[in-house]
Amino acid sequence: MTSIPEFSRRPLELADDFAPGEINFMKVEDFSFFYGKKQALHGINLTIPSRKVTAFIGPSGCGKSTLLRNFNRMNELIPCIRHEGDISIHGTSIYDPSVEVIALRRRIGMVFQKSNPFPMSIYENIVYPLRIAGERNRAVLDEAVERCLRSAALWEEVKDRLHESAIGLSGGQMQRLCIARAIASRPEILLMDEPCSALDPIATAKVEELIIELKKEFTILIVTHNMHQASRVSDLTAFFYLGSLVEFDKTQKIFTNPAKQQTEDYITGRFG
Amino acid sequence: MSHPSKISGNFFTQDGKGTSPFRLIRNSLLTGLCISLSMLALLPLFSIVMLVVKKGMPLMSPALFTELPPPPGLEEGGFANAIIGTVIMVGIALVLAIPLGILAAIHITEYEPSSLLSKAVRFVAKLLNGIPSIICGVFAFAAIVMTMRSFSAFAGGIALSILILPTILLTAEQALLDVPNAYREASLGLGATPFQTIFRIVLPDALPTIMTGVMLAVARAAGETAPVLFTALFSANWIHSIMEPTASLSVLIYNFAALPFDYQVKMAWSASLILVTLVTVTNVLAQLFFSPKHR
Repeated sequence: MTSIPEFSRRPLELADDFAPGEINFMKVEDFSFFYGKKQALHGINLTIPSRKVTAFIGPSGCGKSTLLRNFNRMNELIPCIRHEGDISIHGTSIYDPSVEVIALRRRIGMVFQKSNPFPMSIYENIVYPLRIAGERNRAVLDEAVERCLRSAALWEEVKDRLHESAIGLSGGQMQRLCIARAIASRPEILLMDEPCSALDPIATAKVEELIIELKKEFTILIVTHNMHQASRVSDLTAFFYLGSLVEFDKTQKIFTNPAKQQTEDYITGRFG
Repeated sequence: MSHPSKISGNFFTQDGKGTSPFRLIRNSLLTGLCISLSMLALLPLFSIVMLVVKKGMPLMSPALFTELPPPPGLEEGGFANAIIGTVIMVGIALVLAIPLGILAAIHITEYEPSSLLSKAVRFVAKLLNGIPSIICGVFAFAAIVMTMRSFSAFAGGIALSILILPTILLTAEQALLDVPNAYREASLGLGATPFQTIFRIVLPDALPTIMTGVMLAVARAAGETAPVLFTALFSANWIHSIMEPTASLSVLIYNFAALPFDYQVKMAWSASLILVTLVTVTNVLAQLFFSPKHR
């Protein structure tokens, strides 16, 4: 499992109808990651185009969440971690000494597995990223709340109770609120760590619609356990197994004609 | 429907294994035991409050809150200076112990939970929490009264702050640990600094619980006699500065209850009632003010 798959070395050959924004938007190069002595990722190479949805799939413990949480360096909150290789966005390494982790996280929104709105009003949740950036202008904040809630398809449901607690919302609404909050600081990239795993099918469908809508503006990376979800929402799919990238290709290719036997076995439900 | 219902009984007892009467009896016995024991626990508390109210009420008058204590033998006056003294000394203690306790708790939970310093702080706080209050008094006597050559409200406040610091620190630590990690992750993930995360998200969420600790501290500080006796002593006059001997309710109760004059003993009861009321009112106000808004 240590050899690096050849196909992931080169940028994907994308057909004309694919119309990417920027093919080499994010690059993961020979990236390995360690929790203490345990190696969680082995020499990952990935090239992710902008304004597309890229899904990370694979069985539990395969390292897909670990990789996702490296894009905004959230893993650094854990003690005793170490990485090798590099991740770059738009040509700049995220580990470059000139990169402030605070600024990085402001430009990369993150949505977590379990929705985590703050115990404040809906309004205060959304303006939080703006407030911490020093924004005080009421008009700007009001505008951001409406814009983000509309983008997250939540405006109509909550516009009359913006100043009520966010904790009173339903599970699906809370997750959409977290998405709205994640895009408030106008990031370019959205990281989603199994955003629908705690939601019922109807709420999941809403969030999926939202993801497809959001990719017009954002580059989205989504970790999912749900193969159908990956096939429904993503343009590209990366299949991970035991900390290695097994296959990375257009979603349609992965789900209809995967190059690796392992990928096919996983997708058809023979293991994992 | 030909159902093989050879076994007698309804659907719930088909297998012949209904809930045995023994289980039901044991259940109600235990429930009854729990109720009666919790009522038993209330009994001493309730009797203390009843006794203090009964003994403290007869002498209750506006004069108690406005006048100075009488010389032994005279049946007049109040203990306004002791009420003010207690409020001032508890105030000094809180002003010193709240920031220190909360900031130390933030350091040992948010910044360096496993550093040697944090472990030492945690250990010392637990140790100090169990220390007899008279030791705090003796310490403040040696450290402040001796060096300044005067008993003072300031020394009393210091003694009380040492007494309540561990309570505040340890409850604040627990309150911060109880804040879900998801809030920290959400905040940091949105590009907040650790400082912003702590002061905008973590601390506000922990505040109601921290206030519970502070209120416990207030109750304890207001009622303690030993640390104040050693440091602030007592005074029959109005307080002019925090650097002079000062009266307090607890020391007044201690002094007057031992006097052979009936009136002074009654005053001690009234002082007890006022002390209990003062602590209760502060407690209720704090809970109203700091109750969580979004849950």
